[in-house]
Amino acid sequence: MGFDLVANVIIAGVLTGLVYGLMALGLSVIFGVVRVVNFAHGEMMTLAMYAATVLFAAFNLDPFLAMIPVAAAFFVLGYALQAGLINPFVTRPEHSQFMLLVAVAIILVNAMLMIFGPDARNVQVDYQLESFEIGRILVDKARLYSALAAIIASFALFVFFRFTLTGKAIRACADNYLGAKVVGLNVKRYYALTFGIGAACVAVAGCAMVLLVDVTPPLGPAYTLLAFVIVIVGGLGSMGGALLGGVLIGVSEALAGLFITPSAKGMFSFGLLILVLLFRPQGLLGRRS
Amino acid sequence: MLAVLAALLVALPAFAGNYALSVATLILYFAYTGQAWNVMMGFAGQLSLGHALYVGVGAYAAGALFFHWGIGPWAGLWVAMALCVALGLAIGFLAFRFGISGVYFALLTIAFAEFTRIGFDHLDWTGGPGGMFLRVAQRDAWDLANFRGPPLMYYYAILFLTAAALAVCALLLKSKAGYYWQAIRENEEAAQALGINTFRWKMLAVAISAAMTSISGVFFAFYYNNLFPEQIFHISRSIEIILGPVIGGVGTLFGPVLGAVVLTLLSDGITEALGLLGWEIPGIKQVFYGVVLLIVVMFLPNGIWPAIARRLKL
Repeated sequence: MGFDLVANVIIAGVLTGLVYGLMALGLSVIFGVVRVVNFAHGEMMTLAMYAATVLFAAFNLDPFLAMIPVAAAFFVLGYALQAGLINPFVTRPEHSQFMLLVAVAIILVNAMLMIFGPDARNVQVDYQLESFEIGRILVDKARLYSALAAIIASFALFVFFRFTLTGKAIRACADNYLGAKVVGLNVKRYYALTFGIGAACVAVAGCAMVLLVDVTPPLGPAYTLLAFVIVIVGGLGSMGGALLGGVLIGVSEALAGLFITPSAKGMFSFGLLILVLLFRPQGLLGRRS
Repeated sequence: MLAVLAALLVALPAFAGNYALSVATLILYFAYTGQAWNVMMGFAGQLSLGHALYVGVGAYAAGALFFHWGIGPWAGLWVAMALCVALGLAIGFLAFRFGISGVYFALLTIAFAEFTRIGFDHLDWTGGPGGMFLRVAQRDAWDLANFRGPPLMYYYAILFLTAAALAVCALLLKSKAGYYWQAIRENEEAAQALGINTFRWKMLAVAISAAMTSISGVFFAFYYNNLFPEQIFHISRSIEIILGPVIGGVGTLFGPVLGAVVLTLLSDGITEALGLLGWEIPGIKQVFYGVVLLIVVMFLPNGIWPAIARRLKL
């Protein structure tokens, strides 16, 4: 097992991990602010991937360009979902919230199955077959571009939450529900906004992911679990944590696939989740709440 | 009213065909397993989303003993229960000692179930991903020792189990354990302040729930006779288990049973209706199912049973 192979696998893992990280970032934002277990997160990601394939098939639109309309559409959808369906559930017991989103997830997955069928779909762009050579390391162009998109989107989100008034308001709602209401923030509306933003993140991540992976309906639940693993490992409420968690999971999956059998790589992620939940539940970069 | 229902259920095979009998068996299976889950969640307030773990371990334990050494289900049952109780206590210990609750506890249970699923996929001794198939000696005579017989036998077995579970839960609710659990469920800190050793009682709930669920797994193994890790440990199974109680009413005595009835009949009803309409697209049934689930969760947040009980002034 030469150094080249391991290095290539690690680089690929890091790049894919950054896209995972963006998906998890969406979840972290939603989970961290609205405190709702979005069990339909992976299904939303899968839907975004399908949207990208549809736009590609219809208009030959490059997934990176498709990001813009898909993200906009998902923002609206996410906002509507939170405002219409989930907001009344914020004060309900957890198993109720969970069942609500499971129901949404079931509807989404099977609607996708109905519309698109069980066969895998993908996009075919030229640069998927090309790669950059850096010394003895081969970096896939598609993977690199996807990772770059993930980094740019994450940075934009970071700037939004740090420096804009709305971003600060959302953070206030996350930190102290009652306090935010006391100072006059319309918390429910900010929740809807947050869900919209989280959904838009997922949209961008999905458009990036479709260049790397073929999309089938069962990816939905798999990505949901993956997103939760990453968010918990990286740390709730920490954007850097989500990205770091994504990279960690991406690399560990890639390495597990290389050294153990590929089908066991999920075991590694869940094992890591168990360890983190037990010994550092706030995650690697999270704050102890 | 309960006596009438019981009599009806016992007499059901007399006027039900084989298909109806298998549906009834399935309903009772979910009712029983849901009731077992309900002990942990409804009574003690601990949300477990990985209960398929206990079904799977129970099924594989009894199944493997039968497959490799011909050990009958009655002995295998005890091994299955012991294993599941140990597992449950381990998970409970890890979780409660480290102060994990709520959503994080739920995620922990999911992680354990998924970890086990992938683990069994690579465990050749239990057949790996190809699954384990148990020999069926015969299907005519009632062989209780090996739990082999006609569908009628399985129906009465699961009917007995469900009735026993209801009785046990009714007793538990009225016992010291039941009251302590409800206190812990409503406000754990207040319960601790009253001097209740919440750790010990939560562990008890987990142990009982795991033991009951393992029996469900043993039944599953000898009823279906094939076990696949991808199916039996899958998170969809865990979700199926909790659908009944959540729809019927978490924490109530009859909720899981009612929920199981409603859901199974609904599922079959939708399949029939769609077949009649000719809408046989893969996935459409699940969409309807999800929509109904959504509506029930939105408008009957405490489940169907409390709403009905209120109407009937029970």
